[in-house]
Amino acid sequence: MTVKELANAFDYEILCLPDEAREIRGGYAGDLLSWVMGKLDADSAWVTIMSNVNIIAVATLTDPSCIILSEGVSPDEGVLARAEQQGINLLSAKKTTFEVCADLASML
Amino acid sequence: MDKVNFHFEIDGENFTSAGEASVRIKKMLREMGFTPEIIRRVSVAMYEGEINMVIHANGGEADVNVFCDRIEIILADRGPGIPNIDLAMQEGYSTAPDNIRSLGFGAGMGLPNMKRYTDDMKIESEVGKGTTIVMTVNV
Repeated sequence: MTVKELANAFDYEILCLPDEAREIRGGYAGDLLSWVMGKLDADSAWVTIMSNVNIIAVATLTDPSCIILSEGVSPDEGVLARAEQQGINLLSAKKTTFEVCADLASML
Repeated sequence: MDKVNFHFEIDGENFTSAGEASVRIKKMLREMGFTPEIIRRVSVAMYEGEINMVIHANGGEADVNVFCDRIEIILADRGPGIPNIDLAMQEGYSTAPDNIRSLGFGAGMGLPNMKRYTDDMKIESEVGKGTTIVMTVNV
């Protein structure tokens, strides 16, 4: 499944999609950034409610397929520009973190 | 033995730019042809150190030395120092303030991650003077 296919399948909002054909091979949910850096596998979708610009740095270093902001969270100022600059796919979902993970699990 | 050195000044005032040195190192190591696993280990360990210097020490200096058999990361600050290194190394122990925790940091996983992702880590710290951390990733 590609990031674009996931977004379309569940009507997630596309905030930034520089690499729409990127494949998703797993998932991880977490908001504590050090924890995420220790656990998040490359090519996974990362589900979080953290909306500050540091999530882009974490994603740049760990290389997930996309970040999904769950629970209707909006990105802070500067996040979109940084995501575009670093080539990070960024989606937003109104669903809870649990529901987004269930969506992901149903597609993997 | 020949080495390639990368030097960075870590800005302690700017939390939003924290991680820029790690991101640049990641790109440089990729251009030098290192494996994704080595790149991830070096860049994540360095990012954790960078964040620690921003949170606790008002910035500092980072040097990355690339040898043919290892990558060495040296992080040096003139911050408050670590009074009890054994305690600081415990997973979940953190002295980060609440405003930092609200950004998703302060999980008490920074130093443990740095140790986990590297083959060797040495911490020298003196209260009131600063901390120097040397990490090595074998390649």
